[in-house]
Order: sequence, then structure tokens, then C-alpha cells
Amino acid sequence: MKISGAQMVCEAIIAEGAKYVFGYPGGAIMNVYDEIYKQNGFEHILTRHEQAAVHAADAYARVSGEVGVAMVTSGPGFTNAVTGLATAYMDSIPMVVISGQIPVSLIGTDGFQEVDAVGISRPCTKHNYLVKSIEDLPRILKEAFYIARSGRPGPVLVDIPKDITSEIAEFKYPDSVNIPTYKPSYNGNNRQIKKAVEAILQAKKPLLYIGGGAVLSNAYEIIREFAKVTGIPAVETLMARGVMGDSNELHIGMPGMHGNYASNMAMSETDLLISLGARFDDRVTGKLSEFAKYADIIHIDIDPANIGKIVDVDYPIVGDVRIVVGKMLDALKDKVNKERYQVWRDLLKRYNEVHPLTYQDSDEVIKPQWVVERIGELVGEDATVTSDVGQHQMWAAQFFPFSRPRQWVNSGGLGTMGFGLPAALGAKMADPSKTVINITGDGSILMNIQELVTAAENGIAVVNVMLNNHFLGMVRQWQTFFYEKRYSETDLSYQPNWKMLTEACGGVGYDVTTKEEFDEALKDAIKQNKVAFINVAVDRFENVLPMVPAGGALYNMMLEYKER
Amino acid sequence: MQKVRRVISVIVQNEAQVLARVSGLFAGRGYNIDSLTVATIPNSDMSHMTIVTRGSSRVMEQIIKQLHKLIPVYKVIEHDSMVEKEMVLVKFPIQKGENIAAIQALFEAYNGGIVNASEEVLIAMAADESHRINHCIDASQVFSPSEIVRSGVVAMER
Ligand SMILES: Cc1ncc(C[n+]2csc(CCOP(=O)(O)OP(=O)(O)O)c2C)c(N)n1
Ligand SMILES: [Mg+2]
Repeated sequence: MKISGAQMVCEAIIAEGAKYVFGYPGGAIMNVYDEIYKQNGFEHILTRHEQAAVHAADAYARVSGEVGVAMVTSGPGFTNAVTGLATAYMDSIPMVVISGQIPVSLIGTDGFQEVDAVGISRPCTKHNYLVKSIEDLPRILKEAFYIARSGRPGPVLVDIPKDITSEIAEFKYPDSVNIPTYKPSYNGNNRQIKKAVEAILQAKKPLLYIGGGAVLSNAYEIIREFAKVTGIPAVETLMARGVMGDSNELHIGMPGMHGNYASNMAMSETDLLISLGARFDDRVTGKLSEFAKYADIIHIDIDPANIGKIVDVDYPIVGDVRIVVGKMLDALKDKVNKERYQVWRDLLKRYNEVHPLTYQDSDEVIKPQWVVERIGELVGEDATVTSDVGQHQMWAAQFFPFSRPRQWVNSGGLGTMGFGLPAALGAKMADPSKTVINITGDGSILMNIQELVTAAENGIAVVNVMLNNHFLGMVRQWQTFFYEKRYSETDLSYQPNWKMLTEACGGVGYDVTTKEEFDEALKDAIKQNKVAFINVAVDRFENVLPMVPAGGALYNMMLEYKER
Repeated sequence: MQKVRRVISVIVQNEAQVLARVSGLFAGRGYNIDSLTVATIPNSDMSHMTIVTRGSSRVMEQIIKQLHKLIPVYKVIEHDSMVEKEMVLVKFPIQKGENIAAIQALFEAYNGGIVNASEEVLIAMAADESHRINHCIDASQVFSPSEIVRSGVVAMER
């Protein structure tokens, strides 16, 4: 069958089973948009900014577990997409981004809307392609999807010059890929697994340290089973919230800079740290020389480059978390004695009783933590929670009662303000049965506020809950703690009229200053079945606590802030 | 951390961008490459890169793992017991012809000789281990070379 390059792109997207493409057209990609118009194998969602298209595709992938697809034009279309690529890259999200490029013959001539897309995106994609010949296009498209979802997932860019999308050639979408230089290993070395199992049986204070890889490999059931059978307690990182389920009594909390006391003490006192798809981010480890000082380390990761990158590892296992944990459980099942770790479990429980995550509630002003807790009470398991970046993100991670993986969608690795609203759209498309709540801040939301229009146009009913502290709160907090309260460029007292802004875009807005108003607004917003925006005035100077100051040891947490 | 000289070979799919992908790993981390050579491997669609760099063992381990991770990288060899050779071309202005024999003798001592001569200049070549090439270049200075081009190292595990 002879078809155009543009048709090939559409055929490939359909063959890969993608239901949605998030994108934004322009000159160099117009041939493909013309074919999108004619086909009905997938639906295209027009965002109002390319960055948002990529974030939406990214969140779609995070919630559905499938490869997200975004499409942009050359030059500025592509450069707008870069933040989205980098965000997905840092969190290992499977995604294919297709960008238009100027015609092959013009590349390198400073043509109109030319930018070196593969050059710019090389360090923030898992792989990228510049298509130079239509003969290569079917294979490249097939490889792009395969590379995005296999091994350690990640975003792949396919940059396609305009003359290639108009050219006609024979098309057969390959059934399989053959990349001799790319063979991810999933199974884990059995000898290493055996040694790790021995170490677990010998340990007195083992700890599961669960990272985003556990979500990506769909390992939550086997991990919960593993914890249950062995009685080994667990902490989960910002990227892994929901894996254990917060009501699970083996769930100790989230470790790191804003982790709870018990989790950070568990990390500091464990004698065997079992890392399941975590990558020892500096926001989790704190001062390295003090990190898990008494522990041997089992590190299970699909990416060999993650192992030994930050800390020396005693039991390195390269493989898929789900498969390796399954094998470890089989080997442990009949040998492990849950009682062995009872003292350890009791100690961590005690830590959580003595220093629980907490805040001082108030009757005068709404506390941001209360809002998060209240969303948990009112929506709970029915919610998918997205967030932006800042204090509100940390409070969401700390205080929302997560019950399942893929319930929590945030930019953990790159910390991209502006992620939340477009992510909410992608999350809702991926699972419309859930109530999607975007917990956002008055700084972050303005970085992609235009997506209210996309949501309104397409009837994507997501609820934004803005914890309005009239500050770039997280930066303000650091200024309070470490810069003697010089609030340089963080005061956001000047604000738009949020309700009017939302309504101008076709949504429904609420201004909330009391708890009662919040309850009413949230219930009403969910009922409205259209994009909603709740502006909640919260305590301006609330801080995220506990806090491990950057570079400090995990066990040296600031549990409260004392005015000096 | 001690920075040790390392020689690594990277076998890659011979395709556009592959050199940029490899060198980008170094550039993005602020590491310098002392030398880099690339050529296709006969009868294959692969190329062989030889890279000489300096770094602590942790840094090197990370670079090697990151190299492995690049999709078009087939194999990475961290040389341990190897034969390594480098070539140098050195151009000398000819004054009255009095130095020709001495230059010839010098370069022969480094597996080379005079490879080109014209009325004004002659070009000598040496092929040897890098530290010996350094010596050769040092010894050439008395003849006031006008241009020196080194090839960078190629290496093969024994
Ligand atoms: C694109 C981008 N620019 C800057 C930052 C640095 N930054 C991190 S948190 C933050 C403040 C966010 O303010 P807001 O969205 O109001 O959240 P709050 O901390 O007040 O809850 C800033 C500026 C960032 N993470 N991302
Ligand atoms: Mg704020």
C-alpha cells in the first residue's frame, strides 16, 4: 500500500493503540494535521500551548500506563515542548512526541522556524530521531513506541521534515523491532537475588524503599504482598505515593526533605535498605555520608546506570521491580519469620506516634494542610490528584490519603511549575471515571492557565483547588528560614480575579475563605461536570514541615519553625 | 578523588548523531575528552570509537553505564590490558637541508620516518604509544616544527 508520510504517522499512532494525541499545529506539521482531519482512529486534543500538550500526554501515560502521544510543529512549537520532554524524562514517563521539521533540503540553512530539535532534545529524551528518508519512517515510528515503553521508560522524539510527510511510499508497519544495540534486561540475576534473599533473612531492621519504578513496572500488588508476607515496613518516595496504600500498617510514610519523622529515622537506622525502583535522589538522601549509615543496600532497578550512581550498593540487581520482587518473594515465603522484625516495626510505629505528620489547625484562617485532608475525606479513593510544584505539592503528598498507585501525578524529578493543569486534563482523559483534583498554587497555575480553555472546550471536568498563599510559597519558606526574611520577588499579592478569569474561559469559579465555603464549593464543583476552579485563601506564612535543610542529614529534621 | 587516565572503546551503530550522543555525555557533565578517534569497522554497520579521558573511578563507572544506555551503543570496553597507538604528523621548514637526516633518524626511532618532502617543507610521521609520541614531539622542537597534528589514540585489548 502506498501512502504519504503524514498518513504513515497516523497509521502508526492507530496501530500503537493510542486513543488521544495532544498537540498544536503549525507549518511544518500541517501535512500530518491534514491527515488527522481525515481519520477517525484517534482523537486529537488541541491544547493552547505546546508545553501543555506534552504535559497532558505525559499525565495520560502516568495514569493509564500506556504511551502518551503529543504533536507539535517545528521551531517555536518544538522549543515550547522541551520543558515537557525534560519533565517526562526525569520521571521516566513513556511518551512519543512527534515534531514537524523544515524540509530536508533546507535543514541547516537557518530556514524559517528551523531549530535543531534533535540537538536540543538529546539530553532530555531517552532517544530521538531525525527522519531523513521516507523509507525509514515506518521503522522509526515503531522503534519510537517500543523504546518509549520498554526498559526504563522515557520520552522519544521523532522529528519529521515536511517534505517527508508529503512524500508517498510503500507502507507496511513493522510487526516487531530489532535493535541489536538495545536489549533491556528484566529478569534479574538469580544468583544476586539469592544473595539478597539471604541478606533479608539475616537482617534485623530491613526497610523497603519504594520509588517511582515500582509504579512504572506495575509492581504494587506484588510489593504489598511481599511486605505482608515478610512483615517488612516500607517508605515510599514522592514518585511512589500510593504504592503501599496509606492505610496499610506497614506503610511508614514518605522520606526525604519533607518526609515524616518516622520515615527519615527508618532510613537512618535500617540495617538493610531494599530499594525498589528508587534512585537515591538528593531530595531523599540528604547528606550522603550520613545516609543509611548502618545499612547494607539492595538496589533493584531496571536501569544499570542508576545502581551505584549515588551510593555504593552491596546487592545490585538489574531488572524489573515486579519480576524481581516476585522472585524474591518465592524464595522467602517459606523461610521468613515475620516476628523477627517485630521490634523494628514497633520502633517505627512509636516514632510515628511521637512525631506524626501534623499541623496547627486554626479557626481564623484556613490551613493549607486542612484543605488537602478535607479533599481526602470528601473524595478519597475516587480522586486522581495532580499537582504543580511548591508547598502545595508537598502538602498534597504528605496529607492526601493515597490508596493506589497512579492516583498521584506530579513532576517529581524536574519540579516543573505549570505541570498541574495540563496534567489534570491528561489524567481525566486516561480515566474519566475518577474525579480529578489539581492541587495547585497561585504561582504555578498561571504558567499554564490557558488550559482552562482547552478543558472548557472539550468538557474535561477537572477541579482545580488553588492553595492561595499570595506567595511563591516554597521559595518564600526558604527565604524565611535561610535568607533572613528578605522576600525577594516572591510576593504575589497582586492577583487576577480568579473567579472571573475562570468564568471568562468557560469554567466555574469559587472564592473560598472559610472551611464551610470550601466544603460547599468542592461539592458543587464536582457536581458541575465542567472545569472548576476553587481559590482558597490560606494562611500565607504556613511552612512545610518537617524539613531537612538541603545538604543536612536525614535524621536532623526541623520539626517546627521557631521565630528567631 | 584521584583522576586516572582511562582509555575506553565504544562500539556503536554507524549512524547520524551517534558521535554527538557520545560526546554529549561528557560535555553535559563537564568532563573533558583528551582524545577521540572514530572509524567504521570493516564489513559491518558499526563504528569503533576510542576515547581517552580522565576521571575518578565513580565518574568513569557512571560514564560507562551511561554510554551503555545510549540506544546505538553496542559495547563499551574499559581498557585494562591493551595495545595502544597514536600517530603524529610534524611539519618542518627546510633550511639548507642540513637537518633532514637527523629528523629521519628521530622519527625512525618512533616507528615512523619522513612521509613527504617538498622544496620548502618536509612532513615526518611517528606511530607509537602516547607517552612516546610526547617524547618524539619534545625531541622535534630543536628542528622548529611549524605544525603538529596528533591522531588521538586507537587501542585494542590484548
Ligand atoms: C518553571 C519553574 N520555575 C521556577 C521554579 C522554582 N520554584 C519552585 S516552587 C516555586 C513557588 C511556587 O509557588 P506556588 O505555585 O504559588 O506554590 P506554593 O509554594 O506557594 O504552594 C518556585 C518559583 C520551578 N519549580 N519551576
Ligand atoms: Mg503560592
